[in-house]
Amino acid sequence: MNVTRLIDMSIVLPMGDKPLLARPVPAGFPSPADDYIESTINLNDYLVSHKEATFYMRVEGDSMQGAGIFDGDILVVDRSLPKIDQSIVIAVIDGEFTVKQLLIKDGKPCLHAANENYKDIHIKPEQSFEIWGVVKFCIHKCS
Amino acid sequence: MSGKIFALVDGNNFYVSCERVFQPRLEGKPVVVLSNNDGCVVARSQEVKDLGIKMGQPWFKIKAFSTKKNIVCFSSNYTLYADMSSRMMRLLSEFSPNCEIYSIDECFLDLTGFSNYNLNEYGQIIRHRIKELLGLPTCVGIGSTKTLSKLANYIAKKNTSYHGVCDLSALDESEMRWLFQKISVSEIWGVGRQYSERLKKLGIHTVHDLRMAPSKRLREQFSVVMERIISELNGESCIDLEDVPSDKKQIICSRSFGRYISSLEDLKEAMATYVSRAAEKLREQDCLANLVHVFIETNRFNVNMPQYQNAYSISIGKPTSDTRILIKVAWEALTKIYRPGFSFKKCGVYLSDFTKSNAYQPSLFDDPVADHKRQRLMEVMDTVNHSMGRGTLRILGEGVGANWGMARENLSARYTSSIDELGIVKAL
Repeated sequence: MNVTRLIDMSIVLPMGDKPLLARPVPAGFPSPADDYIESTINLNDYLVSHKEATFYMRVEGDSMQGAGIFDGDILVVDRSLPKIDQSIVIAVIDGEFTVKQLLIKDGKPCLHAANENYKDIHIKPEQSFEIWGVVKFCIHKCS
Repeated sequence: MSGKIFALVDGNNFYVSCERVFQPRLEGKPVVVLSNNDGCVVARSQEVKDLGIKMGQPWFKIKAFSTKKNIVCFSSNYTLYADMSSRMMRLLSEFSPNCEIYSIDECFLDLTGFSNYNLNEYGQIIRHRIKELLGLPTCVGIGSTKTLSKLANYIAKKNTSYHGVCDLSALDESEMRWLFQKISVSEIWGVGRQYSERLKKLGIHTVHDLRMAPSKRLREQFSVVMERIISELNGESCIDLEDVPSDKKQIICSRSFGRYISSLEDLKEAMATYVSRAAEKLREQDCLANLVHVFIETNRFNVNMPQYQNAYSISIGKPTSDTRILIKVAWEALTKIYRPGFSFKKCGVYLSDFTKSNAYQPSLFDDPVADHKRQRLMEVMDTVNHSMGRGTLRILGEGVGANWGMARENLSARYTSSIDELGIVKAL
């Protein structure tokens, strides 16, 4: 007699973390694979290191194609990451969000677009400028 | 002296600040956030305060003035504020082993044992962390009692010279005296308008006055609460951090409608939604309710319309947390008080007479299998709604196209809760 063994409600409600044993168990004979079952992949664990400081944003425009960031992509932005030279960042310039590569030359910040059609923006001291966060991942839909 | 140290951290103009995180162009501009149904002012930026607009002012009264002064106005985006708040509270919990969330934007931290630290510096570290990770400005008040920490927070807020952190425990007696003599007694936590009127009649006008007042005598004239306040003002901690909020004895869910409702069908739909929400809260605290109280009312402020208010209670007989049963009972009560020909503005439900589910004694007439199935169904509903979003699974009676919801004309996007409402970043 085949008995389908349910460990928990995950078979109805996908909950990601818990291992699932949803296959028939011929009475009395366990599978050799049972001991090796691990939890399923949870993308959140991979993408988000600092939950409280992580935000998501949508990209409009193509100035960062060279960095693999395309129009319509979703960016995973982490405000806790250090804002270092060459990191991809969300900057606020004159009140608007923009995504650029941060370059620091002689202590002076410069925002670089990964597209030859767009010029570098050298930040003047009187300009209102803020690094909102560092882009950790870019989610691009391929098909 | 008790040796305890408390810090009260709270967000500056919290709702406004949340909006500004996702719309940085609003920095420095006058911004206002309105209450449910865009009724009145519930949060103001400093620029709006400077324009003389007071908290709680009805929106329709200041609308013209706001347009003239280019005040940007938002409807309350509770989804956003709640999310930012929970992020803030989780971050604050990194700064102390014991925290008490006091409101959506205030949190007490127990810093007892941190006396070796420079508390002022610690306060700055906290402020800096919240600002960096969330973009939210805060103030920190530190004192040897909760009441003093709240007062310190008020001082930090009102005086920019403190740079956002005021540590009363670092001041000596004469400095404290000087500060306290300048603050009205009504600013003390727990002293409301009525108390402060009575205190002023006794010649107690400032915080200093109350701190020096004979606590035993005032206890007789007011209450033990007043005695506790005085003790706390003198550095004797009487109020501890609350560990776990105790179960509510009554759960209410009610809202005003965005537009008037006249039909019983629409009222039933609204009622079903409120009952669902109340039932969810009931299950969260693992209780069963035996009393359902329902009320409906027309708009009392519109004297030109016919007025009708009524309420009805039904004792179920068998305590339950099953949404379907609660809706059925609420509808029964609603049908009893409903009258056609009126334009209703509000309805709501109170659940009370609770029993803890594990303390419930089944009777001879109960059907344990049906009860178990009922419980499992509610569990599934709650689990799905919890992980996939509130309202994913609903009782059909709640309706599918609610057109009586809160009027919120100027709602910003749910930047942190909806993948379709993310902030836009320009790659230009």
